[in-house]
Amino acid sequence: MAEAAIELIGINKSFGPVRANRDINLEVKRGTIHGIIGENGAGKSTLMSILYGFYQADSGDIRVAGQPVTINTPNDAIAKGIGMVHQHFMLVQNFSVLENVILGMEGEPLLNASIAKARSELERLEREYGLEVDPDAIIEELPVGLQQRVEILKALYRGADILILDEPTGVLTPAEADHLFRILGQLKDEGKTVVLITHKLREIMAITDTVSVMRQGTMVATRTTSETSVEELAELMVGRRVLLHVEKGEAKPGEIKLSVRNLTVRDSRGVTMVKGVSFDVRAGEIVGIAGVAGNGQSELLEAVSGIRRAVSGTVMLEGSPVDVTGAAGPGDLRDRGLAHVPEDRHYMGLILPFEEYENSILGYHDEPQYQKGLFLDIDKARTEAAQQIEKYDIRPPNPRLKTANFSGGNQQKIVLAREMEQDPTVLIVGQPTRGVDVGAIEFIHKRLIAMRDQGKAVLLVSVELDEIRSLSDRILVMFDGRIVGERGPDAGEGELGLLMAGVEAKEAAE
Amino acid sequence: MSAPYAKLPGWADYGLIPLINLIVAFAVAGIVVLLVGENPLRAAVILVEGAFGGGQNIAYTLFYATNFIFTGLAVAVAFHCGLFNIGGEGQAYVGGLGVVAVALTLDGTFPWWVNFPLAILGSALAGALWALIPAFLQAKRGSHIVITTIMFNFIAASLMVYLLVDVLKPAGSMAPQTRTFLEGAHLPKLNWMLDAIGLPVRSAPLNVSFLLALVAAFVVWLIIWRTRLGYEIRTQGHSPKAARYAGIGEARIIIITMMISGALAGMMALNPIMGDQHRLQLDFVTGAGFVGIAVALMGRSHPAGIVPAAILFGMLYQGGAELAFEMPAISRDMIVIIQGLVILFAGALENLFRPTVQSIFASFTSTTPAVPATPGERA
Repeated sequence: MAEAAIELIGINKSFGPVRANRDINLEVKRGTIHGIIGENGAGKSTLMSILYGFYQADSGDIRVAGQPVTINTPNDAIAKGIGMVHQHFMLVQNFSVLENVILGMEGEPLLNASIAKARSELERLEREYGLEVDPDAIIEELPVGLQQRVEILKALYRGADILILDEPTGVLTPAEADHLFRILGQLKDEGKTVVLITHKLREIMAITDTVSVMRQGTMVATRTTSETSVEELAELMVGRRVLLHVEKGEAKPGEIKLSVRNLTVRDSRGVTMVKGVSFDVRAGEIVGIAGVAGNGQSELLEAVSGIRRAVSGTVMLEGSPVDVTGAAGPGDLRDRGLAHVPEDRHYMGLILPFEEYENSILGYHDEPQYQKGLFLDIDKARTEAAQQIEKYDIRPPNPRLKTANFSGGNQQKIVLAREMEQDPTVLIVGQPTRGVDVGAIEFIHKRLIAMRDQGKAVLLVSVELDEIRSLSDRILVMFDGRIVGERGPDAGEGELGLLMAGVEAKEAAE
Repeated sequence: MSAPYAKLPGWADYGLIPLINLIVAFAVAGIVVLLVGENPLRAAVILVEGAFGGGQNIAYTLFYATNFIFTGLAVAVAFHCGLFNIGGEGQAYVGGLGVVAVALTLDGTFPWWVNFPLAILGSALAGALWALIPAFLQAKRGSHIVITTIMFNFIAASLMVYLLVDVLKPAGSMAPQTRTFLEGAHLPKLNWMLDAIGLPVRSAPLNVSFLLALVAAFVVWLIIWRTRLGYEIRTQGHSPKAARYAGIGEARIIIITMMISGALAGMMALNPIMGDQHRLQLDFVTGAGFVGIAVALMGRSHPAGIVPAAILFGMLYQGGAELAFEMPAISRDMIVIIQGLVILFAGALENLFRPTVQSIFASFTSTTPAVPATPGERA
């Protein structure tokens, strides 16, 4: 039996009211590839950031090679032989590979000697691990796969015995990912220990020896990879959480209110995130889009609500086209009866330093009903805010309070109240209960069902599978920018979990 | 991760922290005074008496404060939109062109009360147009407004030298300045107001521009907190993402905000030109555009804070001049050092004592609901 390279014992970490890690125990054996899997927000990255010294645990112990250690900064971690490859690379774009590798350990004031030393050391590492990369290439001219290789070289150059990779394949093409896995295999053969953080089940099955599953900040299971199955892991990952039961009657879908055809959207880096998506939402139904975060749902929402310009495709609102690839902005869509509860409540849906009533007109502030001559009709905004506060049970009931002083659930109710009270025909909702307490979740779910029963067309995007299952009349699963399946509300968790992990899609493609 | 800071009550935020900054600035200035071998306490007394000791002194203090109210408001309006307008100096300078355009053509035709509103429009327009170019470059091309407005200060300075020397200077004159205006472009003095409350003024340049500055402060408050435009400016300033979500055109709001800012800076030119010197002189702005940055920071970008902050700087200007006169060891340059220290502590180091004050408050009021610094929604 191999000895433990890393042991984490009883790790706890909270951010304000959010408990990101609760009593985590983890043991990683030397010379193995250990996968850590879980949904976004499960606490994987937080745990690894504690190990790498970005955060300090509130309580708990870390042992490296059996010795208790204190890791307060990344430098401490490096000194203990721990290296990390981040999801978003930490490279200086206009430096060469060599310059990036020696960054932070240049040694003498003149670089000649350290560069020469680094060059020979790099050549050795490249030979040993098959990590070919031109040491004089400029980073920004390298494809992402090679940039990642530079990150790995950086860690090895610093003498890392334990390598942590955070979602390494998120930015890679399948061929680059395969190459990465070969490199990881080689590192393992040389006696290095690899910790791989991912939410992709296939990767876990393909290369890990052991896998630990995290869910909502806790470590729920550790399995030997060869003795587990994709189905078991999917179930562990998604979990059999206590279903929040939502009372709802049969949906009575009417005519099509929102129709999306072949919509293609790029993110701000220019990566195509939505790849030809088509769907309809009818009056009186809730269509849920399930998927692991980062598979294009955010960009889809932003394009349909006019915030992000689509590359191609059409969107029809009540039968007439919306110019989503051109001039249509959020204001035009709002005028045409599309309300949007954005995923990013803190920076998009609300302005936290504003008073509550000021947020209750955000987006609608230019409508004639809120103007009084040259001025905003503040009295009307305050009266309406007070009514919304009462109707949606927003606490504390004070429209003059700064929005930042409301809890997450109440902030979300402020956004919902604003969007629902404008009587839209189509309501788009992103992550309605993220960071919201249980009581508010129930309330928000009831309001969404009520909107449906009033004959509104509701499009719901959520990474909470339970929420999608209990609210939706139809479930679309999004993976890698495409809709990979449509299921009814009674689809099983395991089935949806596999679709979300892209298993069926990949297999169908092969 | 450090404990979240408690929110400060309003009086501490707007009163206590500026006061602490000011005390520290004066303490450091006192050390400088000690170093040159003078008594800092006596210096302080001379400074305050020089600024507020009589009607004459107060009138001068308010005259200087008028300049700083305009430039402070200009910086504050841009702050609300998340823009740092360092170009108040140049905008005020070019604003002077708008004033003389009216004064030189109409001073023989109309009385002051016709020319004053026209000159207000002229100066505001000139300042706004000078701010429009950097605003356009920021909105449409992403050129950073800090850089472009600084550069435009230099362009303004060169342009005005050219105009004063080659275009506006009357033939046969040696001085780079316009001709002196006729009566129709002289603004009435306000000295009678101080006379009326028993503070006699011999002769001081305080004029109706001061009242205009107070009106401008009120109008800025109305725009920022009571109109749709101000709502959009604040939304953009707090969160460009939310502005986008709300359908607010980013380029449009940046350009409009900067033009309002430039117009306010441009109106500063009325005070020295029509109110005091009655002609456009080289370098008449004398740093008021930069002092406006400190005034806006100290006044927390709120008109109710900007007016007292402007009066404080007016006091430093007027009292400082008296101090240089009374204490020969303290030269004009020393006064600039003291002003610089106030700007440093009140402006640039505005947040120096904030964390300490916040943690002191946090330890007293642990029951206040604290705002989590960043809700941890990390994977």
